[in-house]
Amino acid sequence: MNLKETIIEKLLLACSLITILTTLGIIGVLAFETLRFFDEVSLGDFFTDTQWTPAFTDKHFGIWPLLSGTLLTTLIAIVVAVPLGLTISIYLSEYATPRFRSSIKPVLEILAAVPTVVYGYFALTFLTPLLQQFIPGLSGQNALSPGLIMGIMILPLVSSLSEDALYAVPKSLKEGALALGSTKFQTAWKVVVPAAFSGISVSIILAISRAIGETMIVAVAAGNQPIFTFDPTIPISTMTTYIVEMTKGDVPHDSLEYKTIFVVGITLFLLTFILNNISFWLKKKFQETYE
Amino acid sequence: MKLEAKNVNVHYGADHVLKDINMSIKKNTVTAFIGPSGCGKSTFLRTFNRMNDLIINCKVGGEILIEGVDIYKDNINVNELRKTVGMVFQKPNPFPKSIFENVAYGLRVNGIKNKKIIEDKVEQSLKQAALWDEVKDKLKKSALALSGGQQQRLCIARALAVEPSILLMDEPASALDPISSVKIEELIYSLKSSYTIIIVTHNMQQASRTSDKTAFFYLGELVEYDDTRTLFTNPKKEKTQKYITGRFG
Repeated sequence: MNLKETIIEKLLLACSLITILTTLGIIGVLAFETLRFFDEVSLGDFFTDTQWTPAFTDKHFGIWPLLSGTLLTTLIAIVVAVPLGLTISIYLSEYATPRFRSSIKPVLEILAAVPTVVYGYFALTFLTPLLQQFIPGLSGQNALSPGLIMGIMILPLVSSLSEDALYAVPKSLKEGALALGSTKFQTAWKVVVPAAFSGISVSIILAISRAIGETMIVAVAAGNQPIFTFDPTIPISTMTTYIVEMTKGDVPHDSLEYKTIFVVGITLFLLTFILNNISFWLKKKFQETYE
Repeated sequence: MKLEAKNVNVHYGADHVLKDINMSIKKNTVTAFIGPSGCGKSTFLRTFNRMNDLIINCKVGGEILIEGVDIYKDNINVNELRKTVGMVFQKPNPFPKSIFENVAYGLRVNGIKNKKIIEDKVEQSLKQAALWDEVKDKLKKSALALSGGQQQRLCIARALAVEPSILLMDEPASALDPISSVKIEELIYSLKSSYTIIIVTHNMQQASRTSDKTAFFYLGELVEYDDTRTLFTNPKKEKTQKYITGRFG
């Protein structure tokens, strides 16, 4: 019996170690190839150069074109998802009847279950032509359309998690506000939302994180032209699309181009890692206020 | 302000929780509602500021008149009503904001923006609630850092800042230690001259110490309503007699 327990314990430990080792392995590989990349390219060039042209004869390795592409599409997605998601969550938690709330939430979450490649083609073949009727200068591939679609994709992340946070605000606070004569909207906006602030921030940060890492939508509809720009109407390249393009082409193993995949990968990883840590920290703070 | 309840019936779905309540309450008096748990006293209290509106399936029949106006009429603005009829809850429920912002909240939602007016009103309300001396140096600190008794007095200050004329208190001292609850009682006494106060309480000594009139509720009915001294020394109904002497409840 005791031996059996020990074996089970060790087995469980081994399983959990697999995930840790995998993570460490990924970071290790990324770090290793990144270090070799920086043997050939200086850190200064990487952070200050505004051109990214590893495949050209005149090679430049500035991360800004890819970073601006990622930030631009993410920003567009957030501009769509945060106001809309927050409005939906306030409506669901403060206004909707319990029945409506419990039936609409799963429907919203379906948005997150749509395969991203479907979203990508939707952006490319439906939204972009539609937008071109209003914005004549819009290219066939651009940051705007996939950014908007990405906003729809991360919408349930914002609305659902924010709604959970709003719903968790003690009923006594809402009653206190209403008893002072504040309207439903004042109660929601001035008491419930601030009380759920940390939870809402966490949902937004997770949504940003998701948008930064999103690959398929931008790969299909945003193009692949690393240009340092914040113009949403022209083709751009995000960090993720760059990696996709490089890995599907036949880049010689161990070449400098090959190593760029890893250096872009680790930049991406660091961005989402920092964001996740911020959200973790916020969550911890949140739990302190409302034990 | 004068309050009057005429044939008030409240249903929660199929439950008939208040049965034909008739009562009239004079201006600037303290009225205590007593009775065992589930007797309907809190529900009745909440009809005066229509807090029962928040409960789905809750139906209120009859009339609740404040200065002769039926507050359940369609043309009544509930938000305005609740500014006239303030409420303090059983558990202190300060907002997760600073002490100052808690008291200023009611003024801000009323559209008052003048900083001086808000500051004066906050100070005045905190003084009325006997909390000013304890918090005057830490107004910017979070209200959640105060003790339970201080939080409850803050909630009273918050209610007073909106300048209500009626104050409903739903077991305001039941979650507090004895010393804090004595402070709340003294506060109720001092507020009587300018407010009409209704207090729900489980504590019979508290009812007898603080109130002018007492109403005893049992199973949704108003059993007896009289001057507090009469009700406690010479109750007319046997049920009241049994309850106040602690033989049930």
